[in-house]
Amino acid sequence: MTRKSKGLETSRRRFLTGAAAAGAGAVAAATARAATPDPLITEVQDWASITGEGVDATPYGLPIRYEADVIRRNVPWLTADPISSINFTPIHALDGTITPAGCAFERHHSGAIELRKEDYRLMINGLVDKPLVFTYEDLERFPRETRVYFLECAANTGMEWAGAQLNGAQFTHGMIHNMEYTGVPLRTLLNEAGVQPEGKWIYVEGADASSNGRSIPLEKALDDCLVAFKANGEALRMEHGYPARLVVPGWEGNMWIKWLRRVEVTEVAVESREETSKYTDTLANGVSRKWTWEMDAKSVITSPSPQAPITHGPGPLVITGLAWSGRGAITGVDVSLDGGINWQKARLAAPGESRALTRFYLDIDWQGEEMLLQSRARDETGYVQPTKNQLREVRGLNSIYHNNGIQTWWVKPDGEAENVEIS
Amino acid sequence: MSKFPNQLALVSVVGVSAIALAVGLSERAAQKAAEAAHAEAIQVAEALAAEQRAAGEVAAAEPAEAAPVTDEVATAEPANVEPVTEEVAATESADAAPVTEETAVTEAAPAPDAAPAAVASATLDGTTDTLEGQGDTDRLAGDDTAMAHGPYGLGRLALPEEINAWNLDILPDGTGLPDGEGDVWTGDEIFSEYCAVCHGDFAEGVDNWPKLAGGMGTLDREDPLKTVGSYWPYLSTTFDYVRRSMPFGNAQTLTDDEVYSIVAYILYSNDLVDEDFVLSKETFLDVEMPNADGFILDDRAETELERFSQEPCMENCKDSVEITMRAAVLDVTPEETRAKTIAKLIKDTDPKAPKAEAAEAEGVETAAAPVAEAAPAAEETAPAVEAAAPAASEAAPDPALVAAGEAVFKKCKACHMVGDGAKNRVGPALNGVVGRTAGSAEGFKYSKPMLAAGEEGLVWDEAALHEYLADPKGYIKGNKMAFAGLKKPDDVDAVIAYLKAHP
Repeated sequence: MTRKSKGLETSRRRFLTGAAAAGAGAVAAATARAATPDPLITEVQDWASITGEGVDATPYGLPIRYEADVIRRNVPWLTADPISSINFTPIHALDGTITPAGCAFERHHSGAIELRKEDYRLMINGLVDKPLVFTYEDLERFPRETRVYFLECAANTGMEWAGAQLNGAQFTHGMIHNMEYTGVPLRTLLNEAGVQPEGKWIYVEGADASSNGRSIPLEKALDDCLVAFKANGEALRMEHGYPARLVVPGWEGNMWIKWLRRVEVTEVAVESREETSKYTDTLANGVSRKWTWEMDAKSVITSPSPQAPITHGPGPLVITGLAWSGRGAITGVDVSLDGGINWQKARLAAPGESRALTRFYLDIDWQGEEMLLQSRARDETGYVQPTKNQLREVRGLNSIYHNNGIQTWWVKPDGEAENVEIS
Repeated sequence: MSKFPNQLALVSVVGVSAIALAVGLSERAAQKAAEAAHAEAIQVAEALAAEQRAAGEVAAAEPAEAAPVTDEVATAEPANVEPVTEEVAATESADAAPVTEETAVTEAAPAPDAAPAAVASATLDGTTDTLEGQGDTDRLAGDDTAMAHGPYGLGRLALPEEINAWNLDILPDGTGLPDGEGDVWTGDEIFSEYCAVCHGDFAEGVDNWPKLAGGMGTLDREDPLKTVGSYWPYLSTTFDYVRRSMPFGNAQTLTDDEVYSIVAYILYSNDLVDEDFVLSKETFLDVEMPNADGFILDDRAETELERFSQEPCMENCKDSVEITMRAAVLDVTPEETRAKTIAKLIKDTDPKAPKAEAAEAEGVETAAAPVAEAAPAAEETAPAVEAAAPAASEAAPDPALVAAGEAVFKKCKACHMVGDGAKNRVGPALNGVVGRTAGSAEGFKYSKPMLAAGEEGLVWDEAALHEYLADPKGYIKGNKMAFAGLKKPDDVDAVIAYLKAHP
């Protein structure tokens, strides 16, 4: 019954997700008692009879093919060429906080390069007592740390500055991932070379053709930056900077230099392309902010959302999403079902960790009413995620980067959701 | 029986490649080899020193002996190091004979304040230098501490040549600018050769590629146009970026003069310099960048943090809510639904899917034949392909060569696609390029010289491709391909084999 009321798109989706499972769900939603016995239970299924695959069928496994749509996607019109481009993490289809490396978004300026550990060199030079060269092996001999951090591209949600554009949390908020990094504190490497008193900045660059150089204040470099070689327990993926990348907790992703090859201690900022012509935020009066490194507190509901509509009909509904702040830990997330008239506190899956993603849930009884879903993050500094209009009042419409405004999903009675802006 | 000739052949091949190697050794390579030997020497010394530390050996030796040449480690011309191979040392140094590596290290180890590894490496070099009579006993300790390793003793000193090779930074005040110069007109020529394919002849940008000129006075309007002229605050950034990362897909191939010229042309195309302008270290700071004062430091701490740190409203926060904008109206989301994707991917990855599927997919458009018939058709074509193969057996692709070609093709990938679904991009799609007429890829906008070459009958056979890929600009003057060429004939062979594998 419920199924018939859905549009074609929904029922097809339902079918493809597994018609039997969807059917069972619909039955369960309608009544506690099944009309006819479920053949999935009453009949012996193949998988309960014949054997499955042996242990070495896939020496390094991928997700089962039924999850084949949980993939990175790009927006072709955004960039001239996929080699200097970006794609998006399928956050609408993930849960928990750790982003699997295989679907964690990529951003390259001259393509992802294949750099062998044996060919890897990291140079520390500039205002240091001794310019040094480390091999990959050297990096593994320093005391190391393991910490979870989010990486958000400064341009995440950038297409939404002027209004709702893209229909899906993956596209509006998917330039983010959250991994557990293992690496050597940058401080340790800098101490090894001996930073001279005139040193105020570091300039970091990658081994790829773009080099993507950025200047970072020495204070941050000596604080919590890591030269990471593992993410989520395994070697970094090529697209994330194998064999070693810089981790700059809480700061815009462009500074997390991949294939890190050089750290130069300097007296002044280099003012590279990536910190002048790009990653600067133009205000309404035409003046641009530079060195906007910290990522403001932000959140988004990942489900339901345009790519993750409600398909199970009325009844219990799990609303879930992600929250993060570049200035510390998330202390709370509020969720509104009515476009910001009333708010309720969501449940955090675990207490917020500094500069890492926090998962939140709000469990409701949905009776098919329209909803204007919003989430609002608060961090330990007391910062409360602003609305898009609040941001625009300060910054205008041309900022591109650092859009951390509150996102609205319009959930319709059929469970479909759409990216909208509201008054 | 047949072993002998084979071995002979092998020997001759090895011989040839050895000669090639020797001939191919440029000065730079020789220098690199010397540096490598040098670095190795340091490593050996470090290893020895480490052993000694472990053994806790303490010997009373004169630090003076250990100290002298620490600086030399960093500054010695590789040329000085190169001749001092172990052999040379052994034969030429009757006097120095007692100074073997071991003794050198033993003497060095006790230097009380310096980390043993650094001293040991210095000593080793000191030894070799002494053998050449270049020991500089005037440079004594004091440098020791500065050059000593850090707390973990990991890594090695970076050589000046290495730092120079990687440290390309140009600062806003011009620090780091290389010697050289370039004028607007030379820049115009180079720009149209290397840059215009993406950035347009007048730096106005092609398609979605960056526009480098124009946009003055647009920063406070809707959709500001940010170019080198209208937005970039420092000229140093332009020079730095062009030199490091351009041309896209062929970075770090421009000479410094070419970079100066290109930057001069970009300035000219932004009306920032006159046509007779010559850019060099000397004139660099004369150029005024229009938006130099257009930036402020991040002021969120003052303008936003307090404003956005108010205790938030939780109930009845506004009277009503209206939808003011919908993404579905604009609809710029990539046209890919979950249903479509999952259907395709399940199909593509289904191990049980019938093998005829590919044939079916290809056959559908041409003939509306039932699936059952499509399968045999596929079988029919298969033998045909096989039959053709022996005929071409001489040219049958060597898988290793094709694989090598795939690696070389990375240099081409910024502009060209090849393989399934290849489309024209900056350069034409290259499926079937081997054997096709020049300038004939469908839908690609070729340069006039390339079209003319095709009309004159140029066909991309292997010989033609060889010449073209070795020197694209020389072979067809004025064609669009902004690529310097493949210098190694082996690379050309490999990439041609790779292209042939994509008929």
